Amino acid sequence: MRDEQRRKERLDRGIKVRADSLYALMSWRELSYLTAPRLLLIVGILALPFLVPSLYWQRVISVVCIYALLAVSFDFLAHFVGLVSLGGAFFIGVGGYISALLNTSLGVPPLAAIPIAALGGAVICTVMLLPCLPLRGVYFAIVTLMYPLLLMRVIEAANIFGGTDGIMGVESFPTPRVEEYFVIGVMLLFLFLLRRLVNTDLGLVLRAVKDNDQAVKASGISITLFKALGVFISAFLGCLAGACIVHIYMWGGISLFALDFSILPIAATVIGGGGTLVGPVLGCFILVPISELLREFGTLRIVAYSVILMAFVVYRSEGIMNYGQRKYHQFERWVKV
Amino acid sequence: MMDILVYGTVNSISLALMALGFALVYGISRVANFAHGALYVVTGFLTWTLFRAAELNYVLSILLAMVMTGLIGAAIYQFFLIRVRGMSISEIIASYAIGLAILEGFRWGGFKGMTYTLPTFMQGSVILAGTPVDYHRLLVVLIGVGVVAFLWLFTHYTRIGLALRGMAQDERAALMLGIDSDLMAVVAMGFGSMLAGLSAVVLLPLGNIVVEKGYDVLIQAIAVCIVGGLGSWAGAVVAAFIIGYAQIMTVMWWGAHYQMVVALLAIIVTLILRPSGLFGRQKELEERV
Repeated sequence: MRDEQRRKERLDRGIKVRADSLYALMSWRELSYLTAPRLLLIVGILALPFLVPSLYWQRVISVVCIYALLAVSFDFLAHFVGLVSLGGAFFIGVGGYISALLNTSLGVPPLAAIPIAALGGAVICTVMLLPCLPLRGVYFAIVTLMYPLLLMRVIEAANIFGGTDGIMGVESFPTPRVEEYFVIGVMLLFLFLLRRLVNTDLGLVLRAVKDNDQAVKASGISITLFKALGVFISAFLGCLAGACIVHIYMWGGISLFALDFSILPIAATVIGGGGTLVGPVLGCFILVPISELLREFGTLRIVAYSVILMAFVVYRSEGIMNYGQRKYHQFERWVKV
Repeated sequence: MMDILVYGTVNSISLALMALGFALVYGISRVANFAHGALYVVTGFLTWTLFRAAELNYVLSILLAMVMTGLIGAAIYQFFLIRVRGMSISEIIASYAIGLAILEGFRWGGFKGMTYTLPTFMQGSVILAGTPVDYHRLLVVLIGVGVVAFLWLFTHYTRIGLALRGMAQDERAALMLGIDSDLMAVVAMGFGSMLAGLSAVVLLPLGNIVVEKGYDVLIQAIAVCIVGGLGSWAGAVVAAFIIGYAQIMTVMWWGAHYQMVVALLAIIVTLILRPSGLFGRQKELEERV
């Protein structure tokens, strides 16, 4: 007769006060307990270019950071504004083309062209997405999925901006070290800023738009304005990533609108854990190297991350970061019922 | 002028054929199947394998390939998508990822290039008001009309068809009336995959079997369903004709590259102006703020 049942009890560690973002620290140990994971991430990423052996893998780190920026922008838009955009490639493409054109036809140096392209691209993307903002859920997802495909086909058909050949001879960063640390720095900076932003009043309104837009409307706040702001921030990060990538590859073309840039950030977000902003970065650090290792097998890498994406969406939609945070912040024990 | 009329009709019917499977699954049953294009290509390669490599009878290999695609679609639903049922964004992402994995898997497996073709059903052509049309294209029109008629009857007069519609309209009420919605979703998915297969075997003999077709078919199917309005047969058919003629006209006047641009623009413009489509009445208030 052993029919006793057990359940898992979860207890928060004692340093949390009332809310997720408030802590009461009593000792250096507790302080380090809080700061260690954050420091580990920052120091780890900053040290990474010195730790990896070859120039090739240093380049991979830059690419990881590009994807991380894009994934963070997806995560922000999806989980803090409530607009699921399947068109990361749209932002990449617009930012990339602007930066490449600025550089090749006007001779603007990369470090100046990138911010201009990010801002200009964000404005263009926001204006183009403006009519779609009233759409919700699935419909916004479908329409954003179509935008990069449309631009790709238009560029191909009208043969503008270099057509299928793309734009050659884009200037690269001054040195590889500058390239790495520029991209890493930008990624860490915007990760930090976004984490700050979502806890401000603005972030609160954005989350309210996601959770209950009617209530926001009833409070006399224009939801279209705030959705547009959210899209602008997200597009800014995406265009920034796109502008960086043309200067890394020294080439811009229609493959900037390719599916890779739409799917991989989503996969990274799902794996890393949506709604955490750090999760997508971790997801990119897992996925992009896998994809690079499979590069010699051609399109097998797309198969690989599609399967990983599908598996995580279907079976483990929580993601690594949410799981990890729960394990890190809470005691678990079995208790008899 | 007759060119536009004749080829526009053929193109419209082809679009309707491509979209019907998607319309049945997504429009009627509200199950997002973004692996539609992949299943289309799967049937093409299955038929090719059975017919060219295993050297079966052409008709037999077509039927076998369609049944197998239907089973694959049902299996995809039963084993993966059923877990995210009702979470529409997850459904879209998961099914799209499955489709992507299948298509790129084919590409990786060496199914690319111009070598994969299927023979047309009938050789020869006929002159229709000064425009040569081959028999196969006429057959496409006939089959398309037949399938539309069959599906309309199926969803209005059979128990399964009515169950599929009921599930999309009000799932709780459907459950109370004894409709097993999980089973029905599997059925819808299997049936829709078979329709994707049918359109593949009918349309693929007109060109090569290439992986890229998978993406184009998905976009065109989405375009037809969105423009016509989800859940409306009449809308889907009308939309197929609008997009079909628009495509043929742009191809004639601007160039073949613009064919997909038309479909993509149709999706974006419709979603912006009238997200419920021309004839769709469902969910209009829910989807717009």
